[in-house]
Amino acid sequence: MLDLIWLVPAFPLAGFLVLLAVGRRLGEGRAGWLATGAMAGSFLTTLGVFAALLGRDARDRSSVTTLFEWVPAGDLSVDVGFLADPLSLTMCLFITGVGALIHLYSIGYMHGDDDFSRFFAYMNLFAFSMLVLVLADNLLLTFLGWEGVGACSYLLISFWFSDPANATAGKKAFITNRIGDWGFMVAMFALFFAVGSLEYLEVFETVASGGLVRSTATFVTVMLFVGAVGKSAQFPLYLWLPDAMAGPTPVSALIHAATMVTSGVYLLTRINPLLAEAAGWAPGMIAWVGAATALFAATVAVAQNDIKKVLAYSTVSQLGFMFLAVGCGAYTAAIFHMITHAFFKALLFLGAGSVIHSMDGDQDLRHYGGLRALMPVTGATFIIGWLAIAGVPPFAGFWSKDEILAFAWNEHPALWAVGLVAALLTGFYMTRQVVLTFFGRSRYSDVRPGEDESEGAARAEHQPHESPWTMTVPLVVLAALSAVGGFIQLPFGSGTKWLEHWLAPAMFHNEAHLELGAGTLWLLALVAMATAAAGIGVGIATYLKGRIDPAAFERPILAEAWRLDHIVSDLMGGPGRTSFEITTRFDEQVVDGAVDGMGTAVRSAAGVLRRFQNGLVRTYSTGVAVGAVALLFWFLSRSAL
Amino acid sequence: MTVTTTWYLVLAAVLFSTGSVGLLVRRNPLVMVMCVELMLNAVNLTFVSLGTHLGDLGGQLAVFFVLVVAAAEVVVGLALIVAIMRRRPGATADDLSLLGG
Repeated sequence: MLDLIWLVPAFPLAGFLVLLAVGRRLGEGRAGWLATGAMAGSFLTTLGVFAALLGRDARDRSSVTTLFEWVPAGDLSVDVGFLADPLSLTMCLFITGVGALIHLYSIGYMHGDDDFSRFFAYMNLFAFSMLVLVLADNLLLTFLGWEGVGACSYLLISFWFSDPANATAGKKAFITNRIGDWGFMVAMFALFFAVGSLEYLEVFETVASGGLVRSTATFVTVMLFVGAVGKSAQFPLYLWLPDAMAGPTPVSALIHAATMVTSGVYLLTRINPLLAEAAGWAPGMIAWVGAATALFAATVAVAQNDIKKVLAYSTVSQLGFMFLAVGCGAYTAAIFHMITHAFFKALLFLGAGSVIHSMDGDQDLRHYGGLRALMPVTGATFIIGWLAIAGVPPFAGFWSKDEILAFAWNEHPALWAVGLVAALLTGFYMTRQVVLTFFGRSRYSDVRPGEDESEGAARAEHQPHESPWTMTVPLVVLAALSAVGGFIQLPFGSGTKWLEHWLAPAMFHNEAHLELGAGTLWLLALVAMATAAAGIGVGIATYLKGRIDPAAFERPILAEAWRLDHIVSDLMGGPGRTSFEITTRFDEQVVDGAVDGMGTAVRSAAGVLRRFQNGLVRTYSTGVAVGAVALLFWFLSRSAL
Repeated sequence: MTVTTTWYLVLAAVLFSTGSVGLLVRRNPLVMVMCVELMLNAVNLTFVSLGTHLGDLGGQLAVFFVLVVAAAEVVVGLALIVAIMRRRPGATADDLSLLGG
């Protein structure tokens, strides 16, 4: 079964190719079901491989299936090979599982879209790239998947490209990601230069035998971290993710919440032997960047009015928690939070999509209210997602976030404090979103500023309604997973840490160890619970009971994301643009000048020579005659000597 | 007064000079081809006379080669002239300068 691992990415690839070739002729129903079927096939194959791997001895749970030699170039030899180990399999399980659910959901969500089959073709291509990214047994193949998911992200953000704003958002995502990709490439060059191979297992062997000096390991780690910062939307390259919400909502759920943005965390977890070898400040930097991002994005999420923007900043914040965990050496906690986050964030995004769908594309929280009665399934599942992300036990998010905070405390209390404030804000802004959407008075038929009476009345006639079953079934499944997903890793002694034991072969004993007593852990858990409760409580007091003025929290500076977008725009538009123009001028005048100068020199020299070829036979024959006479004289003068 | 080899060589030189000057000053393509023939045959004459003078058959052998090549060249040359004259009656060599740079 293990050698069938290639089928996992092959299913979505086949789906993509079929949809590309005959998608338009298939019609809506069949195209959607074909793509969903491909994902389901991939998921079932993953389950089979997972079972086969589980049947093996723990030390033997790593198998490389090489398909063919991809880049044979002198010393550099790169294969297309798939590494099946607990880490990649865990990733595959939730990518294909959550992916299949989101495909199913998309059938309902994208119903009636002109480019229905194009959407599913891109989605399948994305799933293929993502699976290549996690299954690759070397960095170059990972990079292929890395670029593939970036391209699909671009294609799907600007899916409705007739609106210039969507096209711009796509470009922004693509260009910001290029900065990260630069780091990834530099890391690959350095690693190949130092080790002579890009295969993970070979690199790890070299590291284990001490064949890599500390400074190189640090450099490679930092450069890969730059790549991860770009892809996983960490500070300061997070700028693209909130704009990426311009894409259809299932795209936001699959790519910009559950899977693609977590690939930076996956990459850093995958290279944990390098991270362990790097100088001590590198993991510390990762932890601090993660913590800062978590706090920063959480503050911004508090003041957003677009339902998807709240979730986008929330995603950035939760990714910050994962980086915090990686920086603290808590790789299992990072993967754990990645899994639970995939469940509840996909659920929240799909729930938001369901709301947007029934509100005819309106994404403004201020226009919702009281939707729980009109959309019971969406409302109930969204509330479960809310409890999970806010960290209420026993829902999934509590367990993973609590574990990360415990490791943060273990590393440095300041990291823990920052994480705790971010968790507090998480509880608050999610409560705000849930209350504004599902509780309180219905506001969809209210007359909005700048409208007259009739427009509000016209909206009142089209009551929001529950979504079709293709959309609610994924919601229910994801809600169930968000509720119980935390039980794969419980902190009650070694026996209940199933995920940690399962992932252990891929961690090479680089996992940090908690040096905290049971009492401290209980205390930390209680503080985390109290924090979540406080966040939720303040949220309810503000938005449901109206005891606190919302303006106290919704500061304009927060709504504008600390004006960072503007600062970057001003910097790039002002001094940045000037420096680009100087570079362009240098290119035009010096670089192009040298090239053009060669051309001009050849031209003018040729202009002189051209005069001799005037096309007149007599001129040529004169030349021949003069030449012959000159030669004759030369010979004669030589023989005379 | 005996006719020595020198006489032949002088005659050949005169013929060659006539031909080359003719080639340079005339513009009628037909006359130019005739001038070229004249130059070729002046060279033939030097071959034959020097071959006889030195008792070497190689000189006369070379003449045959030159004759064959000249015949072939004349065929091509005349064909070109006929073709040109059909398209542009009365054209001179100076008119045919399309390949000028």
